[in-house]
Amino acid sequence: MSFAHLLEVDDIHTHLAVKDGTVRAVDGVSFTIDAGETLGIVGESGSGKSMTALSIMRLLPRSGSIVEGKVTFKGRVLTDLSEDEMEAMRGTEIAMIFQDPMTSLNPVYRIGWQVGEPLRIHRHVDTRKSIVAAVDLLRKAGIPDAPRRVGQFPHMFSGGMRQRAMIAMGLSTSPSLLIADEPTTALDVTIQAQILDLLRTLNRDYGTATILITHNLGVVAGMCDRVIVMYAGRVVEQGRTEDVFARPEHPYTWSLLRSIPRLDADEHEPLKPIDGSPPDMVRLPAGCKFTPRCPFAIGRCAKEEPELLAVRNQLSRCWVTQGGVTLDGAGVG
Amino acid sequence: MSNAPAIVAAQEPVRRTPIALLDLIRTHRRVTFAFALVAVLFLIALVSPVISPHDPLAVRPDDSYLPPLTPGHVLGTDELGRDLLSRVLWGARVSLPVAFVAVAVGLFAGGLIGLVSGYAGGVADLLLMRFVDALLAFPGLILAIAVVAALGPGLRNAMIAIGIVAVPVYARLVRAVVLQLKQMEFIVATRALGATPLRLVLRHLIPNLLNPIIVQVSLSAGFAILAEATLSFLGLGAQLPTPDWGQMINAGASFLTNDPWLAIVPGAAISITVYSFNLLGDSLRDALDPRLRS
Repeated sequence: MSFAHLLEVDDIHTHLAVKDGTVRAVDGVSFTIDAGETLGIVGESGSGKSMTALSIMRLLPRSGSIVEGKVTFKGRVLTDLSEDEMEAMRGTEIAMIFQDPMTSLNPVYRIGWQVGEPLRIHRHVDTRKSIVAAVDLLRKAGIPDAPRRVGQFPHMFSGGMRQRAMIAMGLSTSPSLLIADEPTTALDVTIQAQILDLLRTLNRDYGTATILITHNLGVVAGMCDRVIVMYAGRVVEQGRTEDVFARPEHPYTWSLLRSIPRLDADEHEPLKPIDGSPPDMVRLPAGCKFTPRCPFAIGRCAKEEPELLAVRNQLSRCWVTQGGVTLDGAGVG
Repeated sequence: MSNAPAIVAAQEPVRRTPIALLDLIRTHRRVTFAFALVAVLFLIALVSPVISPHDPLAVRPDDSYLPPLTPGHVLGTDELGRDLLSRVLWGARVSLPVAFVAVAVGLFAGGLIGLVSGYAGGVADLLLMRFVDALLAFPGLILAIAVVAALGPGLRNAMIAIGIVAVPVYARLVRAVVLQLKQMEFIVATRALGATPLRLVLRHLIPNLLNPIIVQVSLSAGFAILAEATLSFLGLGAQLPTPDWGQMINAGASFLTNDPWLAIVPGAAISITVYSFNLLGDSLRDALDPRLRS
């Protein structure tokens, strides 16, 4: 097995057909992830993070399609596989867990049956054995009293427990890559911490590479080796988590970091929200898509779109930082 | 993949949360009662040849127009001296199977239409739903009468006609539930596990449809009984000399002034049967409502 990276996403363009035009939900996104690595993808709602994940899985809604680019996983080009071949990849090599644990389990089946479903699909294990395996999986996912729990229905589980069950299901076939699409967004804060802890443990113990999609920068800081910041379907900044957090080189990342409360901030320092709202994805402006909300914007920004280029230790899609300017408090009036 | 949580034998036996039948009966008394009523009706249909006191077709001119509670003829006799109790009991053997088959026809055809329509969406949905709308535009009984008129009278065609009337109900119901289920994340989550679309529909989608379908089946069984009786009353369903409730009412209608029980007895049989099925459907709807489940 000689491949450069576990997963290589190369210049993916995913379009969604909507009533009044085409949404370029993912517009030229490229990144790689290596075995055992944890990659964070952050961005606002509608920035294309989930669509990027669904493009990798080839589970786009019917209105969506990958119009350009390729995804390579362990040397196989996923975007060229037949639907049958892709079905064999899903749930074995790549697993995905979703945002809403309340609806991501089938309400009419017992938990054990559901957690064992990937084993029945891919390993052709019989029902009884798959449920026995589910007990072990649930225990690994931190569910106490697993032998009793496998016989219960989803509505008898709390949100956090359901997310644990989803994770157990995702890991049943020991995938090399786990895509977690906002796994903690629907959970309360203490449960969030537990679930993240679980993901971290599994990543460490089994070496499962993890793509963590979130809009919570705190989650990225605590979990991820590297981070990708997305805006309007594009990657605007990409780099090692500590570099990006210590010194963001894109005004959007910079603004995001200033909009979250910090324990070490001055007591009376107000939070700074990002002005304006995300752009209309059907009618995107020319030039850099963040220009209308950018406190650092220069004349060139509204006319030409910058490339994603190396700035210091990371990659940034910004004329200002590419021109050597440092982002600091001076940019905000 | 040695880094895997592989299949290992569980140390403890897997315990299922038991569904205790007695508890169910206690918490759902109405369902139990309605279910018992329907069960008794089916039992009557099954054993009517054994429990009927007389041959339902035996004509005895000397015993005609006997009123109810006459010794030997508990519900009286009709204009030809045939025992009404026996005829009503035998009538269940016509009405219940007809209702059963008609509902099955409607459920199968309508359910398939609804499933394809809801799951596939797009042009298929548009065309199928316009077809269903066209069926729905006719009042149920008028449509059934029209279909029988086209196919020719007889029980078999009555079953088909009543089944066709039930198609739009099931198509709309199944489509609505499928559309609702499609919004739930477990659909895409199941695809993400590698399930094929066929497996998704058969093993994950259809089991979620069962609750509303069970309710609708009991409700439309009541309608089917009534529709069958109506068609037979009009001479479009069961043909002479089959003992049939609708036909008995038709025959008895001529004697309503002097001997009203000739029509009242089969009328009561229809009422009780329809009531039983409606009660079952109604109580099941309450019992299966997910909002009320613990």
